[in-house]
Amino acid sequence: MSVDIRPADAAPGRPSRQALSALLYRRGRLRLAGLLTAPAAWLILVYIAALSALLITALWTVDTFTGKVSTTWTLDNLIQVTTDPVYQTIALRTLRIAVLVTVVDMVLALPIAFFIAKVASPRWRGVLVVAILMPLWASYLVKAYAWRNVLAEGGLLEWLGISSPGYSEAAVVIALSYIWLPYMILPIHAGFERVPDSLLEASSDLGAKPLATLRLVILPILVPSIIAGTIFTFALTLGDYITAQIVGGTTQMLGTVVYANVGAANNLPLASAVALIPIAVIMAYLLIVRRTGALNNL
Amino acid sequence: MTSAAMPQTSRRKTAPAGPAIRLVGLSKRFGETTAVDSVDLEIRSGEFFSMLGPSGSGKTTVLRLIAGFELPTAGVIELDGKDVSARAPFERDVNTVFQDYALFPHMSLIENVAYGLRVRGVAKAVRRQRAAEALEQVQLGSFLDRRPSQLSGGQRQRVALARALVVRPKVLLLDEPLGALDLKLRQQMQVELKELQQELGITFIFVTHDQEEALTMSDRIGVFNKGRIEQVGTPEEIYERPNGPFVANFVGTSNIFPGTLGRSLYGRDDRFSVRPERIQLRPLPPEGPGTGIALTVTALVYLGHATQVRGTLPDGTTAVALIPVTAGRGGEFAVGQPAVLSWNRQDVVWLPPAS
Repeated sequence: MSVDIRPADAAPGRPSRQALSALLYRRGRLRLAGLLTAPAAWLILVYIAALSALLITALWTVDTFTGKVSTTWTLDNLIQVTTDPVYQTIALRTLRIAVLVTVVDMVLALPIAFFIAKVASPRWRGVLVVAILMPLWASYLVKAYAWRNVLAEGGLLEWLGISSPGYSEAAVVIALSYIWLPYMILPIHAGFERVPDSLLEASSDLGAKPLATLRLVILPILVPSIIAGTIFTFALTLGDYITAQIVGGTTQMLGTVVYANVGAANNLPLASAVALIPIAVIMAYLLIVRRTGALNNL
Repeated sequence: MTSAAMPQTSRRKTAPAGPAIRLVGLSKRFGETTAVDSVDLEIRSGEFFSMLGPSGSGKTTVLRLIAGFELPTAGVIELDGKDVSARAPFERDVNTVFQDYALFPHMSLIENVAYGLRVRGVAKAVRRQRAAEALEQVQLGSFLDRRPSQLSGGQRQRVALARALVVRPKVLLLDEPLGALDLKLRQQMQVELKELQQELGITFIFVTHDQEEALTMSDRIGVFNKGRIEQVGTPEEIYERPNGPFVANFVGTSNIFPGTLGRSLYGRDDRFSVRPERIQLRPLPPEGPGTGIALTVTALVYLGHATQVRGTLPDGTTAVALIPVTAGRGGEFAVGQPAVLSWNRQDVVWLPPAS
């Protein structure tokens, strides 16, 4: 009964694989390259290439006879989008809806997230997080149509004896607030989880009433989480066109304009120019947020 | 210097008549578990009181009940003679130094310390002045604009102390504040805390599981076990005259001898304890144990300042003796060899029968 004991470096199996592992261990740059090549290529393709294409297309025109995009360079689309009162009105309305949705979601998400993270028992916490996520399992379209059934004339709201907003901007705000709410709750909930209970107790211990604790301790610590949430709700609302059509009726948003120009009007360059507006708005928002120093503590 | 020289007298004079804190039949249950089981306790004004016990003994829960972070299931908490049992933490004139310090991460040190004054509506210039003084007092006067994350554990602990003291509470609650510090720093902070308490004359309630810490710092100690107080007394009383096997064992190491030995030696049926350092041990002479009790050595542990000798009596009871290094006798004993155990009659502490 002899037992075969070999030294580890002569272990049976795949010496080539071991050599590769050893090589990667010694060469840090090679390891990094292997790790990042695929995702970096993907990012360049998606972000840089797609965005550049968008910007370039906005500088072209459509041949009115053939309906084909002609690669003649012009600033007409950008000028039209920024100066035409119709586009200005739509842009301002979209911005207003996005701000309202963000504010409504923030007001709703803060107490819900606080309850889940700090009040509910650990067993309930999991259940509630799943409950928050559950609407995301349902189709976006189904939820939008469900809200139409509630809000439209002759819908559930009127049946309950409450005056209905009908197909309107208000209906769009209500429906979008509902649809994007989880994207606001989740980052704020994560933020609350990171605030130790002892901080809230310390504040109270030092004489702060609950509102003072909220203002001086909770909100400042949660600012990065709240901003993360607002970026979601704000950006998602700026780009929406389906809910606007389903519950908004004739309420035009930037998304619906893009959609109409790509489809019915067959004017891809103008659609690109319109699509640049939300990008510019979001960039401006991020710059403002950065300037306030709110992201320094991320 | 004067305050350090005569802390006792100066404190007694300024102290109001009644106890700072009185707990009457205080109980706290979390679902099925009883964390605190009808505790009665009076903590005198201006004293350094330690609540000592193993983890889960209810000492921290009692502290949280006094602070108001938990509301009692039953019983009364009196602060300066006033019932505060149902009051919120911000309505109680007590402040807490938390185990994790609980400094606000988004505020500088001076903002942290000024927080209690800020929520009381003290003007900005005044509160900054007082916060700076408080930080000066804990030797952090040059770090006013740093963030808590830039400090070491010991420094954070000082900030937490300054933050709690700047609002001049009647009682300061300390929840194992030295637990996260290394040994040297902990010993230094023990001295500083004690001096600070004597200087300020504020009642300190100090929660710890470290019996040495409790013995060195406290005026009085309450020993907690399973949600109840086993014994309240001065460090000397707790150490020299434990009232039961739990206190005898938890505070220092103790030898607990059975009632049968009590009967054969002293004609008394009760269990008794003798501290290891009060036991004399000598090698077994050839003529027999004489006045002592024979024991077999089972282990020798070198402690630096002494050698701990563990052994077993003929009836199976284990015994521990501490042989000082100065006696130079550690070498006389070897594992498996017999030895003779003896002690003076006055070092015997009788334990009440276990209930």
